[in-house]
Amino acid sequence: MLSYEEIIEKYEPALGLEVHVELGTKTKMFCGCPTEFGAEPNTQVCPVCLGMPGALPFVNERAIESTILIGLALNCSIAPWSRFARKNYFYPDMPKNFQISQYDEPICTDGYLDVEYETPEGMKTFRIEIERVHMEEDTGKSLHVGGATGRIHGAEYSLLDYNRAGIPLVEIVTKTVLGTESYAPQIAKAYVKELRDILRALGVSDVKMEQGSLRCDANISLSPRGSGKLGTRSETKNVNSLRSVERAITSEMHRHAQRLEAGERVVQETRHFQEDSGTTRSGRSKEQAEDYRYFPEPDLLPVAPSAEWIEQLRAQLPERPSAHRARLQQLWQVPDKEMAAMINAGVVGVVEETVAEGADPTKARTWWLGEISRVANEREVEVVEMPITPKDVAEIIALVAAGDLTDKLARQVVEGVIAGEGNPAEVIAARGIKVVSDEGELVAAIERAIAAQPDTAQKVRDGNIPAAGALIGAVMKDTKGQADAARVRELLLGLLGQS
Amino acid sequence: MSELIYKSAAQLSESLAKKEVSAREVTQAHLDRIAKVDKAVHAFLFVDTEGALAQADQVDAARAKGENLGPLAGVPLALKDILAQEGIPTTCGSKILAGWRPPYSATVVKKLRTAGVVILGKTNMDEFAMGSSTENSAYGTTQNPWDLKRIPGGSGGGSAAALAAFEAPLAIGSDTGGSIRQPAALTGTVGVKPTYGGVSRYGVVAFSSSLDQVGPCARTVLDTALLHEVIAGHDDYDATSINAPTPPVVAAAKRADVKGMKIGVVKELSGDGYESGVSERFEESLEILRSQGATIEMVSCPNFDYGLAAYYLIAPSEASSNLARFDAMRYGLRVGDDGSRSAEEVMSMTRAAGFGREVKRRIILGTYALSAGYYDAYYGSAQKVRTLITQDFAKAFSSVDVLVSPTTPTVAFPIGEKSNDPVAMYLSDVATIPVNLAGVAAMSLPAGLSEGLPVGFQIIAPAMKDDRLYLVGAALERELAAKWGGVLTTKAPKLISAAGA
Repeated sequence: MLSYEEIIEKYEPALGLEVHVELGTKTKMFCGCPTEFGAEPNTQVCPVCLGMPGALPFVNERAIESTILIGLALNCSIAPWSRFARKNYFYPDMPKNFQISQYDEPICTDGYLDVEYETPEGMKTFRIEIERVHMEEDTGKSLHVGGATGRIHGAEYSLLDYNRAGIPLVEIVTKTVLGTESYAPQIAKAYVKELRDILRALGVSDVKMEQGSLRCDANISLSPRGSGKLGTRSETKNVNSLRSVERAITSEMHRHAQRLEAGERVVQETRHFQEDSGTTRSGRSKEQAEDYRYFPEPDLLPVAPSAEWIEQLRAQLPERPSAHRARLQQLWQVPDKEMAAMINAGVVGVVEETVAEGADPTKARTWWLGEISRVANEREVEVVEMPITPKDVAEIIALVAAGDLTDKLARQVVEGVIAGEGNPAEVIAARGIKVVSDEGELVAAIERAIAAQPDTAQKVRDGNIPAAGALIGAVMKDTKGQADAARVRELLLGLLGQS
Repeated sequence: MSELIYKSAAQLSESLAKKEVSAREVTQAHLDRIAKVDKAVHAFLFVDTEGALAQADQVDAARAKGENLGPLAGVPLALKDILAQEGIPTTCGSKILAGWRPPYSATVVKKLRTAGVVILGKTNMDEFAMGSSTENSAYGTTQNPWDLKRIPGGSGGGSAAALAAFEAPLAIGSDTGGSIRQPAALTGTVGVKPTYGGVSRYGVVAFSSSLDQVGPCARTVLDTALLHEVIAGHDDYDATSINAPTPPVVAAAKRADVKGMKIGVVKELSGDGYESGVSERFEESLEILRSQGATIEMVSCPNFDYGLAAYYLIAPSEASSNLARFDAMRYGLRVGDDGSRSAEEVMSMTRAAGFGREVKRRIILGTYALSAGYYDAYYGSAQKVRTLITQDFAKAFSSVDVLVSPTTPTVAFPIGEKSNDPVAMYLSDVATIPVNLAGVAAMSLPAGLSEGLPVGFQIIAPAMKDDRLYLVGAALERELAAKWGGVLTTKAPKLISAAGA
């Protein structure tokens, strides 16, 4: 088997990313039903989104507005005239057995998104070209009951929930991305992250990958260097987190390389990412391309946004995340390397929110990049997906600054919040965490430590200052870490005649 | 009392307004007529006796209180079974919708209710409006009241027959390629396909979305106009509905004046294939219009020759997609769900059992026409023909106010004659189809009889000039009725012997 470095040496990876975004409109794409997540099954439905005979779609103007905003933010051309089309295929959770989508006349085309990534050779910008941004409606959900896998095969019966049917979706499709080389998995992840930040800044979606409001299909192919043509691609679905984007692509690169090295061909197919193993499994083959019999949707008029409207929307665009980050870096006086680390860890947003809660930028950055990142790594989740809020972190920083917590105690509080024990105040109360500042209590503890380790104490008296560490450790243990270590040291050295 | 059934909607409206008769009496008279003759005619699939009487009582109560009512309040109507009516069985002539009671009403149905029109029940039709004879209904053929051995036309044969059999003075139809006008022609009644977008399609089970249009049917031009005015107008629930005032159709029907109008005879809609009796009645009508002060000229629309072919690609293509929703998952028939089969198998078995032959034929045609590799040659070419036909109309309307032709090439044919020859059946609509492809407005009204059977005269007007149909139609009707001693349906058989009464 080839190592990753060997794969890159022999093959050039080509990426393609399709991102589906559920828009955060109050109502569905083609009817007035609410779009809230998590309602009782089949309670947010009407004749239109159930595909009742005779029902007709009517377009949600907010959805078109959101799509144009996305297109503009991704530097796309906005078509003065575009059409909806029907994509025909049978599936039980699709009420009409066709999906209203866009085909050869999408609303936004030919854009790009610049993605910054810190490589060992320094910060690099990769331009990801966008082929199209188009609108469509979501399908319902099938729940397959019985059987071992929860998949349709082997299930006893299936339940259908149409609440999601008709929720507006925007599909953002990149052109084939070449030139990312060994960084292909990281660039893919950075692209989705950057895209997510933009969508969040636009306020068009809540972009929660775990709830499915942002979904990514990752296409990858390998072509032997110098062959001059693209290899056969696979499309990986079910990629439900940023980390999974990176893992899925890495795993597919290894799988493709292995097949190619063994003289086998890569099958063009849909694959499903499996979170537990970090690998993909085969879905349906796309060798026989499904014929969706697209044709223009006769029930809807073409979408023809006026130039004035487009310019109005352009004027509403928020600051681009990259510009925003540059501004923050200057404002907070962050060194380039630190800034790059923040970008790669995806914590700029949460640090900013923590600062907005009153925290010192350096302290905020240290917490998010340090302790919280460490736990996130252990848990294999993204830092921003950790169950601690910027407000929690700001409170903890304030408590340390006021001397109510030591750094060590603060870490315990962070740990408690992440463990779900409540907000910082609740964790402090429940765990009985407090700084021991009663000098009498401290002196008593120090005297107990000296009494327990007379030899060590003697060493300190004799001028071996580093030996004091063992005694300080004992005192900290005695006080359950609630003492201020610096003050313990001061008092100890005083008692042993070394101040 | 039974005389009430022979009255026009306008006459009933007047009697009701003067309280000479109650809505309940009018409704009951029609329900009695249905009970008496519908066994022989089979115009209705469902008669809502209780609902109709309850609605009539509401109108009477409102009138007693002195409320301001519309002209058609208390006048009964037959509703084509293609329109969803809340709580009332809606089958579209198909087994696949057997037992379905819609949870909502079509916009047209809501407008009728608001106007106080009494809905008697749902009328028979070719399955999913695919056909020209009602022989494709899953619930049996409707008989033509003029000759019970003949078809009443289709797909809206039930609505047309209900009018000709005096079971209702008003009816609603839908017209995708002629389904209002062809049955009107074959039953001696009046039917209008309004401008595409003139009447809401919301709640009308879709056959071919870009061609379907709901319209009014009656025995007189004025009645048709009164109904047209009630059902027309913009609807937020139909994105293709036109946001503009409805043309003044009732005023036009009352004016009935063609003086100075230019009338174009479509050259391509005559000659070979048109029965001599049909052509003779057509020529006589032209003569009448000329004598009324209109000028008549020949107009050529060369691309109409491709209309039928284009239609039989576009309509089945859209239908193949529109009818995909009938899959047993949410409503209607479900076959084979015994716990051993997958959803896909149940879908497939249900569709195999639930759709009739003609519907399957068109689904297959449409699926093929939209397939990769064939799309451009079939669907794409058909759309180009459609554009050319639209241009033919535009050119013609730059020199004339309306176009005219026979509505159908033949009079009503015997039941069974064409049911095994789809192409012969399709030719029934050769003169009506171009209108749908271009989205313009058209009317069929009776021009007389040929061998004892009605002949239809078609008038075509530009989009949103529907009023011109009524101007010309009412003028022609006035002269013909004077000649006949009443509108043509007064000559229709009384059906008493047929009904065994």
